[in-house]
Parts: sequence; C-alpha cells; structure tokens
Amino acid sequence: MKVAIIGVGLTKFGELWDSSFSQIFVEAGINALKDANIEGKDLEAIFVGNMSGGRFVDQEHVSGLIADHAGLNPLPSTRIEAACASGGLALRQGIMSILSGFHDVVVAGGVEKMTDVLTGQTTHTLATAADSEWETFLGTTFPGLYAMMARKHMEEFGTTREQMAMVAVKNHANARHNPYAQYPFEITVDDVLNSPMVADPLRLLDCSPITDGAACVILASEKRAKEFTDSPVYITGSGQASGTISLHSRKRLSVVDSTINASREAYKRAGLGPKDIQVAEVHDAFTIGEILGIEGLGFVEIGAGGKATEDGITQIGGKIPVNTSGGLKAKGHPVGATGVAQAVEITLQLRGEAKGRQTDADIGLTHNVGGSGGTAVVHTYEKG
Amino acid sequence: MGSNIPRFWRNLKSRYNLIGTKCANCKEIHFPPRHFCPKCRRLSKLEDFKLEGRGKIETYTVIHTPMDGFEGQIPYVLAIVKMPEGPRLTTQIVDCEIEEVKIGMKVKSVFRKIQEDGEAGLIHYGYKFKPA
Repeated sequence: MKVAIIGVGLTKFGELWDSSFSQIFVEAGINALKDANIEGKDLEAIFVGNMSGGRFVDQEHVSGLIADHAGLNPLPSTRIEAACASGGLALRQGIMSILSGFHDVVVAGGVEKMTDVLTGQTTHTLATAADSEWETFLGTTFPGLYAMMARKHMEEFGTTREQMAMVAVKNHANARHNPYAQYPFEITVDDVLNSPMVADPLRLLDCSPITDGAACVILASEKRAKEFTDSPVYITGSGQASGTISLHSRKRLSVVDSTINASREAYKRAGLGPKDIQVAEVHDAFTIGEILGIEGLGFVEIGAGGKATEDGITQIGGKIPVNTSGGLKAKGHPVGATGVAQAVEITLQLRGEAKGRQTDADIGLTHNVGGSGGTAVVHTYEKG
Repeated sequence: MGSNIPRFWRNLKSRYNLIGTKCANCKEIHFPPRHFCPKCRRLSKLEDFKLEGRGKIETYTVIHTPMDGFEGQIPYVLAIVKMPEGPRLTTQIVDCEIEEVKIGMKVKSVFRKIQEDGEAGLIHYGYKFKPA
C-alpha cells in the first residue's frame, strides 16, 4: 500500500489558555495546508481524532464544529474516538478513504483541549479509557494501570526503576530541539526518582503531561500526490488491533498484545520487519509504555526493553532512535492529537527537516495506544 | 457527575457477592460477568457462578493522585488479584499497612464502601480485598 503525506501541521503543545478547542484544530490545519502548498478547496474530506470533547470542553459533535470553523462546509467530516489512539485511528481512516478510491486528498487530524478543567476531572476523564464499571468505578486511574504493568515488568524481567527513568531523560533531551514541545528542557534520572509519587512505582516525571494541542496531515493518493510535491513521504503499512479493555483480563500483565498484533499487520502490509525501522515514535504516555512498546513492536525481545534503554539503543545516534520529538512525555500528550503528531514527526525526519534532532532515516514507524492496550495502531513510513 | 440508579443497581449482584459467570459449555469462569463466552460464542451457556472471594495479588500500585471522588482515600492500594477459579479482578487492598502489600500476598474479599456519587448522590458499596 502507498498513501502520500503531502503536508504536515502542528500547534504549539502546552497550556494554550488563550486559544479555544476549535481554534487550535484550525491552526494546525492551516499549517498543514500551507506546508502542502494547497488550498482548503483542494480537500475532499476531514477525519478528526478526539477523545473527549464532551468531558474536557463540553463539546460533542466535534466533526461538525471543526468543518464549520475551518470554513470547509460542506465537506464530509468524521470524528474518530479510541481514547489516546484517536489520532492514529483518524489517520488510518483517512488512509482507507484514499485506498478505497473514495477520495484523493483528505486531511487527517487530531485535537484535544485538556487544561480547561481541573486535574481531578482530567484524571477521571482519562480513566474512562479503562472499563468504567470494573476498573474505573473501583478507583483505578490511568497512571495506576501503567504502574501495575510496570511493577509486573520489574518483577518478571528485572526491569529497574532507573531504566524507566532513562526513558524520560532521553525524551526530554530530544524535546530540547523541538520548538513545538511542551517541556523542551533536560531532566536527570535523579529528578525523575525524586519527583512526587503519582501511582507507585510511577512518579510525576514518568507520566506524560496534560496538554492542549492539535496536529494535522494532508493525505493524497499516490497518483495525485505528484501534482503537489516531488518528494512525498509515503505511508506504506497500517495495522490496527484490539486487546482486552481491562488490564486484569489480559493473558499477561506485562505484555501488550494489541501492539504486537497491530505491528504484525503493518509490517506485513509494508513488506517490512522490525529490523528495517530506522526511527520510531512510540506511545510513551508513561515511561514503562515506551519499554512495553519497543518490545511489542519487535525492536527488542519481550522483557529486554529496560536493558535496551539503558544501553542507549533508543537514543538519537543509537540503533533505533525512539521519540525524537520528545515523545508524549516531553512533547506533550493532547490525547486525540497524539497519533497524528507522531506522523508529523516521522514525516519531518524522513524529509530531513527535523533540525537538531535529525536522524539518518529513510524508514520510520509510529505506534499509538488507546487505554491500557484496548486499541493499538501502527503505521510505517518510507521516503518517496 | 450524578448518575441514575439502574446504572449501579444492575451490577449489585456482582459487586456485593462476587457473582460472575460460568460457561456450561467450556467450563470457563468469568469475572466480571460476561454476556457471551468469547470462546464458545453462539454455543455459550452462561450461568451465574459465585466466586469464593480469595486470591493472590499479581501486581499492585499505590494511588497518590486520585480522580474525582477518591480524594479522601489517598494513598490507597489498588491491585489485580488472581483467583483460584481462574479470573482476575481489579480491587483496592485494605486493612493493612501499605508496606505489607506484596506480589503473591494471599487476600480475601470484604464488603466496603467504594465511593460517593457527589454530595447528594448514591453511596456505592462493593468488594475490596484484605490480607487473608
């Protein structure tokens, strides 16, 4: 399969208190159109990932709102929701609309405005990505679920507290070179280990922040892409898988099956394997998430992710640089936008436009997870 | 956010008495209860099955940053308990010092208050687990 990314756009990630929900989506969309050097009238459809406009900003019917505020009526506009994987699925829906022959040029974006409510409500809203009746009802928080996976991983494979901290340290170091990142500053292992406890063993600096932000990519069919650019980045593989919504129902608490299954599909469609991937954006909502991610994607063996992080293979300059953007941890995690923002980063990497964080890569991958693993979506990218 | 009574009332059987389901076809036991056996699908023959309420902690965390409704309980232990009948569940661990909680610890169920649905809403009860 081959679908081109001909333009990418982001907003600054952070506490965007001066901007509204619809405003940030429009800003990212305009940036993407400018980057593609096309006009809104060239678009045929809108796909928008959003987890919880209803709980965060009292706004449902996000699809209609976005089309209207973007001045794109009467284009068909569709909202896609899968918790933190909403953006990745919006991208996939856009891809499928092109591969089906239904459309030739579409925008796939994601948006979340998380700082308009207080922290307790944000925590509750994120926890609705778990099973509401049998996890959330009993006091389960999202950091709590990942903390339980972390403790199991530590017990089963000997992963250390320090190794998890190294994920945050690396991603913060990468974010220094990303002008869109929420936290573009360095931290140390000691900073992580001395930050306030959120859900033992995970501390504040193991957790991605609460973020406002939006991201958009312009997708085009292979045939039409050549009208707009000589050097598109192609999406060559796409995979999506579902896993148990509850962590307690999973076969193994230290393995995310949906990541394994989604990546297998993406690799198969692309004719690639994990060894071919040269740069990746991996879902590090929590530090342990990146370790589980690089294992599930096949970059390292199951259980070897902590040691691999310590050995530096995921650093820029390492065998497989992971989260050059700063990742969810330091770039920020506006949940509905994240999956699309990952695609933006890999596009910049393959175009050679990632500046201070540039890697030498022709093939990249994105990995976006909803909930504790109820949904995973993986895409592969190749330089045109 | 206030919710209507049936949302909680329909789960009382399981939350108060740990009633799960057993598929008479494949003998698998489920908790939380299922409406459909994922293995047997249309051949499912689900019946109520009461769990004994004993198990071992497979993993746990201590929640320090709660969501709305749990502020008064922090820090509290949340665990995944594996029951000898087969299924696991997510539960709070109570009646012990946090430092005592370990992976592999034997626990048993108790009936406790879980949370309140706002100031004027329902008080929810259900299972928590304590050292056995």
